[in-house]
Amino acid sequence: MLATKPSERLSMFTRALENNPQENVTTTTNIKMRVQNLNFYYGTFRAIADVTMDIPENRITAIIGSSGCGKSTLLRTLNRMGELVAHTRTQGTVLLDGENIYDRNMDVVLVRRRVGMVFQRPNPFPKPIFDNVAYGPRLLGVRGQELEQIVEQSLRDAALWDEVKDKLHESGLALSGGQQQRLCVARAIAIKPEVILMDEPCAALDPIATYKIEELMLTLRSAYTIVIVTHNMQQAARVSDFTAFMNMNPQRAGVLVEFGPTKQIFTNPTKPETEDYITGRFG
Amino acid sequence: MNPAQARVLPGTSKRGGKAEPFGSRNARYTWRKITNVVMLTLTGAATGLAIVPLIWITVYVTMQGSRFLNLAFLTQLPTPVGVPGGGVVHAIVGTGIVVAIACAIAIPIAVAGAFFAADHPNSPLGIAIRFGTDVLSGIPSIVIGIFAYTLIVLPQRHFSAFSGGVALAIIMLPLVLRTTEEMLKLVPRNLREGSLALGASNWKTSVQVLLPAALNGVVTGIMLAIARAAGEAAPMLFTAFGSTGLNTDLDQPTATLPHTIYIYAMSPFKDWQDKAWAAALMLIVLVLGLNILARALTWWRARQMGLNY
Repeated sequence: MLATKPSERLSMFTRALENNPQENVTTTTNIKMRVQNLNFYYGTFRAIADVTMDIPENRITAIIGSSGCGKSTLLRTLNRMGELVAHTRTQGTVLLDGENIYDRNMDVVLVRRRVGMVFQRPNPFPKPIFDNVAYGPRLLGVRGQELEQIVEQSLRDAALWDEVKDKLHESGLALSGGQQQRLCVARAIAIKPEVILMDEPCAALDPIATYKIEELMLTLRSAYTIVIVTHNMQQAARVSDFTAFMNMNPQRAGVLVEFGPTKQIFTNPTKPETEDYITGRFG
Repeated sequence: MNPAQARVLPGTSKRGGKAEPFGSRNARYTWRKITNVVMLTLTGAATGLAIVPLIWITVYVTMQGSRFLNLAFLTQLPTPVGVPGGGVVHAIVGTGIVVAIACAIAIPIAVAGAFFAADHPNSPLGIAIRFGTDVLSGIPSIVIGIFAYTLIVLPQRHFSAFSGGVALAIIMLPLVLRTTEEMLKLVPRNLREGSLALGASNWKTSVQVLLPAALNGVVTGIMLAIARAAGEAAPMLFTAFGSTGLNTDLDQPTATLPHTIYIYAMSPFKDWQDKAWAAALMLIVLVLGLNILARALTWWRARQMGLNY
């Protein structure tokens, strides 16, 4: 494999790209989120440098790049989770439907209700399955029959209902890893967010569970805008409509190298850095 | 460096210029074995010494106390000196009341403070809470007794169960606060983030997710604090003071087990000295029973929730 030329090795993504059911994705859609000149600092260290990118509505956008280049940090700026870490600072704007989520008057709680998140390691609460999904709606004051309907629908949408409908009162921690992650997806979509951020959602899962999560993403695409950080380039090629490639600049800050339709990034990247990374020839 | 030299690993001896392989049985190997056995023996002996007092106290108190422990001791009031029979029900009830007051005051304040300190560890108030409780836990209980005396007993001009409860609350506060804070910090960060990402406020996250996940540790901390507080005699001298009759009025002087042990044990009467042993056994059983109960409850709850971290 290593002896083949880069152009030939790009073909290893052909099958993944063929399996990607993207339909006319490059045709213009609304821009759901706009990241403009974003900088993020941990103390004095700049982790993200001047990132500007548009995230299209009802599309899956993948962020790829080497470890430590700021993919997760960038993702976490999109619902202001980054500021949970002490001594961090965000500069620049992130527009959600034209509104800056870093605006002084913007309530962070409302931002996170509109921009949900699924984490790398499944993190169900130590509560029954039902209560896990009901957690978000209950915060919004939903009770009784309406709550039950929302829980069932969310579990159905997350392709988990048939597996758990008879044990809704068992702990969410009793499920397998893949089921836990789908439970976390159900929990996220129960409050009907507009955007779902996924931070390497399959990193802790086996291939079958990964496949289920990927299928789930494709069905959710019609209703939600999805941004996924992944180390798995095959996964990016299989599911995403757009791909952002990040890399570190000489100061070790994350920069956006290239953004475009997934097919183009994987078959005909414009930047040599992107091609080096995708063909495994970098570093 | 020459590669042949570089291969001589630290810990291997050289004979005739050749490095010994790691697995060989040589003098160094024997020495290591001996050191290991010696150190294991020493640490094992230290562990044994550490539990000797516990076993000794428990066995001795049980032997001495069980001779005088009977139903009458648990259910009757003291008889006048010289009259046989009688018990310390007033002190058992009194300890229950004073400790309950202390819990009612200390636990809410300590848990709420712990949430703040765990949530904002680097804020000025968070640092002040940690520093303040550390200092507070080092203050001798007799000083806390005098403080409660000055604060409550002097203005009221009489001893009371309430003032005893306040003194014990001050003793419990730092213990509960610091253990709760540590337990909250041990809750995996991704649980907290999971809740915040659903648009939950910090407060909701604390109550709905962090507290249930940390509850086992929090309850253990409370139990240890109760065990410590229930055994305090010194502050009781200035606050609950003691009584010879059954008292359920929070505003009146009240007998407590440690205080009763102190009075009885120091008395010249054989009958009282015997009762002091029985009361001491009572106190140990109460604290131990409470501990076992709490652990059983939290264990059961953890199983229900499938908690495995």
